[in-house]
Amino acid sequence: MSTPSTPTAEAVAAPPRRRPGLFRTAWRFGRTKVGVVLTALVVLVAVVGPFVAPYTPTEFVAKPFETGVDGVLFGGDNRGRDVLTRFLWGGWTLLVLAGAAAGIGVAAGTVVGIVAGYQGGWLDNALMRVNDVLLAFPQLIAALLVMSIIGPQVWLIVAVIAVSHLPRVARVIREATRKVIEQDYVKAAEAIGLPRTRIMAVEILPNVTSPLLVELGLRLTYSIGVVAVLGFLGMGLQPPTADWGLMINENRQGMAVQPWAVALPVTAIAVLTIGANLITDGLSRAAIGIDRGVEK
Amino acid sequence: MTRLIVVRLLFGALTLWAVSLVVFAATQALPGDAAQLILGRDATPERLAVLREQLNLGEPVAVQYMQWLQGIVQGDLGTSFSNRRPVAEYLASPVQSSLTLMGLSALVATPVALAVGAFSALRRDRAFDHTSSMGTLIVASIPEFVVGILLILLLGPGGLDLFPSVYARQGGPDQWILPVLTLSLAVAPPIVRMMRATMIEVLESEYVQQARLKGMSERLVLWRHAAPNAIGPVAQVVALQLAWLAGGVVAIEYLFNFPGVGKVLMDAIANRDVPLIQAVVLLIAGIYILVNLVADVIGLAANPKVRVANR
Repeated sequence: MSTPSTPTAEAVAAPPRRRPGLFRTAWRFGRTKVGVVLTALVVLVAVVGPFVAPYTPTEFVAKPFETGVDGVLFGGDNRGRDVLTRFLWGGWTLLVLAGAAAGIGVAAGTVVGIVAGYQGGWLDNALMRVNDVLLAFPQLIAALLVMSIIGPQVWLIVAVIAVSHLPRVARVIREATRKVIEQDYVKAAEAIGLPRTRIMAVEILPNVTSPLLVELGLRLTYSIGVVAVLGFLGMGLQPPTADWGLMINENRQGMAVQPWAVALPVTAIAVLTIGANLITDGLSRAAIGIDRGVEK
Repeated sequence: MTRLIVVRLLFGALTLWAVSLVVFAATQALPGDAAQLILGRDATPERLAVLREQLNLGEPVAVQYMQWLQGIVQGDLGTSFSNRRPVAEYLASPVQSSLTLMGLSALVATPVALAVGAFSALRRDRAFDHTSSMGTLIVASIPEFVVGILLILLLGPGGLDLFPSVYARQGGPDQWILPVLTLSLAVAPPIVRMMRATMIEVLESEYVQQARLKGMSERLVLWRHAAPNAIGPVAQVVALQLAWLAGGVVAIEYLFNFPGVGKVLMDAIANRDVPLIQAVVLLIAGIYILVNLVADVIGLAANPKVRVANR
């Protein structure tokens, strides 16, 4: 992570003034701020939701798809359970699964990318060819294939999405690593005989954090989409769990009479992915230095 | 360049073979008793025996794979469990429907996206450019099935009631509108962005400047000098988006109950119809690899450095 030290200390300590950190640069774009607000809003609903929900997620409070019942703001779902309660309960599963999948996938992809980029030779070749095979599957199809017979299980959902991220992240980090290893400080570290694993951890990793963070944002956005679509296809979390994707699947037959049961989770997913992508866009603009390009 | 293309083709074939290994491993070479896993706990011994016979589960895994692969290479995709028809025959009509849906979406999305992208480049940093840039960013972030549902809520029977939201066999042509619109919105944003970026680069190039300086009309500059040079990278993105469509149709077909390969796949998974699952996944991966290959070749052909080198 780039340490956001105070600008004054930086200016005094390091005469060739360091560029402001990635987060600081990204924050200067209006879209990053909007993204943070949108994302925070949905995360807040997902985290606080279960504590403020008026009913329990499996309690029957109305007739199926009934609206306009007293004390049931958004009506009942396909079984007559409270739509608002299930909406408030259904977000955190999506966040946890998507977060875990993106985190594991990006971590594994980073390791593979750095090792391939730094070691080069046959190892690089082998890793990249395996990568190409993994890339031959559209992400969703790979997830559906693996779960078609074994069945949808939580760990499998996370694992499948993480594995589908791995080659995509590895490719980006490998490119970044190859640029870093041409720098003098890496050559100096090699010259004084630092072990290669230590060079990868201490010299290379801190210098690929910009593309790493952009990848993390991008993969998080994709993970949210894949987890949600798996739930929607009935291949994610199983009933009676309250989950946004599953909610859409359960209630889409009654969309014309009871739109809320679909509209609430759909809006939340849309706002969340837009927010995450706006942040990612801000980060990537900061990473490639679009603002600095304008200054010239 | 021919050599490069041949190498890519060989590698594509190799990838397809590796994909077949993965498909086989995920559906048939499962830990424990595959037949039991496929049919579930309450399967009768007779059905288990029939399934073992059909998939050659008695043989060693390697032999099973070879027999399966041999069948596929000879065009024999097996027999569907649920409707007892040969898979190849059963898939003919869904494949046709899906290809039509994908083709229509590409036909709608590509020209519109190119026009929007080019116009954004010409109006760089003005209102139209900012709007289209924000619009593509937003549409690109939302998962495509969510876009589809939002369109249904807005334009379907519950909203303005303009178009039907579910495909029916006897329905009119207007039932194609929402699926095509959804897929078009899903594929368009990257094309718009690439077209804009490429056009900006081309418009700032020296040959366009030269053309303007010698007094050519702006229209001629655009059509004769700018547009042809922007085509290469843009064509590549268009091809990549088409490849994405191969996987992207699944959720959209499921949403609109559209009778294509995506819906067949979801039904096959629900019925644990192994030969059908294997065939559809191989088919989708095959199309994906093929279109990606085409994108690669277009990229090579459009790159003057590659085209001219070791001719």
